[in-house]
Amino acid sequence: MAFFSRIESYKTGCHIEMNIQVNLTENDNKLKGDIHGEIDAHTAPVLREKLEAYQEQEGLNAELDLSGVDYMDSTGLGVFVAFYKSINAKGGHLKLTGLSSRLKRLFDITGLGDIMDIEAAVGKGGN
Amino acid sequence: MRPFDYVEMRVPAKSQYVGVARLTISGLASRIGFSFDDIEDLKIASSEAVTNAVQHAYSEGEEGEVVIGCALYEDKIEIMVADHGQSFNFEETKAKVGPYHDQEEGAFLREGGLGLYLIETLMDEVKVHHQEGVTVFMTKHVEGERVEEDVETISS
Repeated sequence: MAFFSRIESYKTGCHIEMNIQVNLTENDNKLKGDIHGEIDAHTAPVLREKLEAYQEQEGLNAELDLSGVDYMDSTGLGVFVAFYKSINAKGGHLKLTGLSSRLKRLFDITGLGDIMDIEAAVGKGGN
Repeated sequence: MRPFDYVEMRVPAKSQYVGVARLTISGLASRIGFSFDDIEDLKIASSEAVTNAVQHAYSEGEEGEVVIGCALYEDKIEIMVADHGQSFNFEETKAKVGPYHDQEEGAFLREGGLGLYLIETLMDEVKVHHQEGVTVFMTKHVEGERVEEDVETISS
């Protein structure tokens, strides 16, 4: 029974819930946001699309809280790097806050921690 | 008797299955006794390999499958990820994969970019086999077995 329903869902294309939530609010060229869930190959396009809506703005001051992110890999890094480059080119600034020690480590081992403005979560430590 | 238990997953080459593979590997790794941090490393490394396979299949316009083979030893895990949908004879394929070479795998490196770099940094050993698709073979030892190499590079 379970076997057949699995085959069926494979044929029809199974729907798997997106485990990401992105909240962005912009006021007077200040972008505030928080991200919850997992940022991987499946969910990164959602985040990229939401951020792209603001990347052409001149002098945007963006601050994104990542304390709700419990998984991230290179696809997530790619999204943040692209957004960082875009708004930097327009004289803006991106700050990422609330990084868990895991996320902080990801930025550090890729060297991005030296380039981008990142801040570890209070009480969670940097290393 | 084989010195390891072998678990194989076959998933559609679609991004929504990257997380499924990641969670399964996390579950397997926790049973061998990996630390929390090592399991997080394994989750990232395996996601990178599966993501690469999914994106490769996607760029080729194929509706392929990704095969993920895990060999569970007492003190280490070996993970093989192939983007060409064929089940492998684990030992045979393992013998065929060579060390990773920048020049030869230039295309894979450009595509994989940061992903392959992370796999190399987070795992103890990485090999890439580039024939009939790409096969990534990676090993991680349970902490205490081999901790010397790249673990402490981030201390400030």
